[in-house]
Amino acid sequence: MSIYYALGTVLLLLAITGPVALAFGFGGASAARSHITPLRWIGKTYIAIVRGVPDIAFFLFFVIALDQMFEYIRHTIKCPDWTDPVRQGSDFVVCAAAKLPLGNAPQWVHETYGFSIAVLTFSIVFGAFAANVLFGAMRAVPRGQLETAEAYGMSRRQTFWRVLVPQMWVFALPGLSNLWMVLIKSTPLLFLLGVEDIVYWARELGGAKQPQFTDYPHPDWRIWYFFALLVFYLCFTKVSELVLDKIMARLTLGQATAAGERQRKAAR
Amino acid sequence: MSCWETIIDYGLRSQGIGERLLPRNDFTLCQQFTLIGSGMIWNVYFGVVALCAGFFLATVVAMGKAARNPFIRKPSEWFIFIFRGSPLFIQFFFAYFLFLSLKGAYPFFSPLTSAWAGALVVLFLNTAAYSGEIFYGALQSIPKGDIEAADAYGLSGWSRFRRVIWPTMLRLAWPAYTNEAIFLFHATTLVFFSGFPATQQRGDALYYASYFADKTFNPFVPYPILAGYFIVLTLIVVGIFGLVNAGLNRHLPQDQRAKLRIKPQAIR
Repeated sequence: MSIYYALGTVLLLLAITGPVALAFGFGGASAARSHITPLRWIGKTYIAIVRGVPDIAFFLFFVIALDQMFEYIRHTIKCPDWTDPVRQGSDFVVCAAAKLPLGNAPQWVHETYGFSIAVLTFSIVFGAFAANVLFGAMRAVPRGQLETAEAYGMSRRQTFWRVLVPQMWVFALPGLSNLWMVLIKSTPLLFLLGVEDIVYWARELGGAKQPQFTDYPHPDWRIWYFFALLVFYLCFTKVSELVLDKIMARLTLGQATAAGERQRKAAR
Repeated sequence: MSCWETIIDYGLRSQGIGERLLPRNDFTLCQQFTLIGSGMIWNVYFGVVALCAGFFLATVVAMGKAARNPFIRKPSEWFIFIFRGSPLFIQFFFAYFLFLSLKGAYPFFSPLTSAWAGALVVLFLNTAAYSGEIFYGALQSIPKGDIEAADAYGLSGWSRFRRVIWPTMLRLAWPAYTNEAIFLFHATTLVFFSGFPATQQRGDALYYASYFADKTFNPFVPYPILAGYFIVLTLIVVGIFGLVNAGLNRHLPQDQRAKLRIKPQAIR
């Protein structure tokens, strides 16, 4: 039964992470082309670092780092008269009231907390990839369009929101759809973050930690569970591909690109 | 204990040479640098061998996908679809259990259940599929005039492929292929987090980094070290591929040479 919940977990993660990562990416890309120098540096470093380092390292890093950051913030607010240092040797100690989630919280709170940390981590990492794509897309918008907007007397802000942003999506979509595929394909990493997703269940159902297959009426089935997962992901990828092709065709309509030109010719 | 002794003790720890026990307490910065660096040997090994071997299979697969004969084309298309459409993580798991059951039937396959061979096979097939798709795309965009010129010179069959089609394909595919190489190196960190066990704690860089993070509850030291190593590795890869790129483009006029640029559409 839990395996169906796990399937829901994966889908929910995708549904939340997609828009949030896009928002992160939009912020990062806007920052990277900002005219305020420190903001531009922040944007560019964000993109560059996440690109240069394996994403799995980030998944492992952020889960602990975010957790400790939240607990530390709560610790400084809730227990101001606590004098011991937070880091004692190789231990991270905060007062009991600052524990997150609280030690006496019910099980589902723990699970939800773990899940939201995972969502945040995914969003930060994929936000950087999205920022890279959107940054490229913003630069791909023909210069003439922006110059026209300036010639009409639009301010910088108006040019950005009314001309640049509506037009950049068609340039961003190939990159973003690829990113969506990458996102789908990294959901199994949830398993590393301690969320009980489908990989976890595929391992558990097939055999115990010490492989004593005699406990089961059947031999080691893990290979078949993983085969099922493989097929599941293949189907999911295929469906996404079809949907994204549809969106691309819709977005290209009336754009000043080669594909848009082809559509216009075909329609005539 | 001085840092030099630590390097002697742990410098080749990932290969099983040197001190047997990993440090358990009083972790120094030097130990972390040395052990994570020694783990990088595995990452480089997996990346380089898979990339070199995968290159040839990728060429074959790309030619196969472009073939007119459906008995050649269909298998190549399926090969690419299966390896590009499913998560590498699941592929590792599936392959591990597949190799386990193969080992049960025929002892001949026993090296494949250990990481150095089994994971290498998976990475090899995976990178062959991704690069095959890149090469196929390049094959489709070879200028028609080049092939016509080759025909006019009386070249055909193997010599036409060897002298005209293949170099042009490489030249066009190279920027995207550079990207693929970078991501392949990143993907090597997954090996010891999937089914493949690290015998006697001989792991890769991420394995040691997470070991330190687990022991010290402090992710802010080992993961940035890992990130630093990977950024250096990425720079080296970009440098080497840039030299090859210059070699491939040496006959072109200066301003037409393709610059190595990160293409967001080509990330995996």
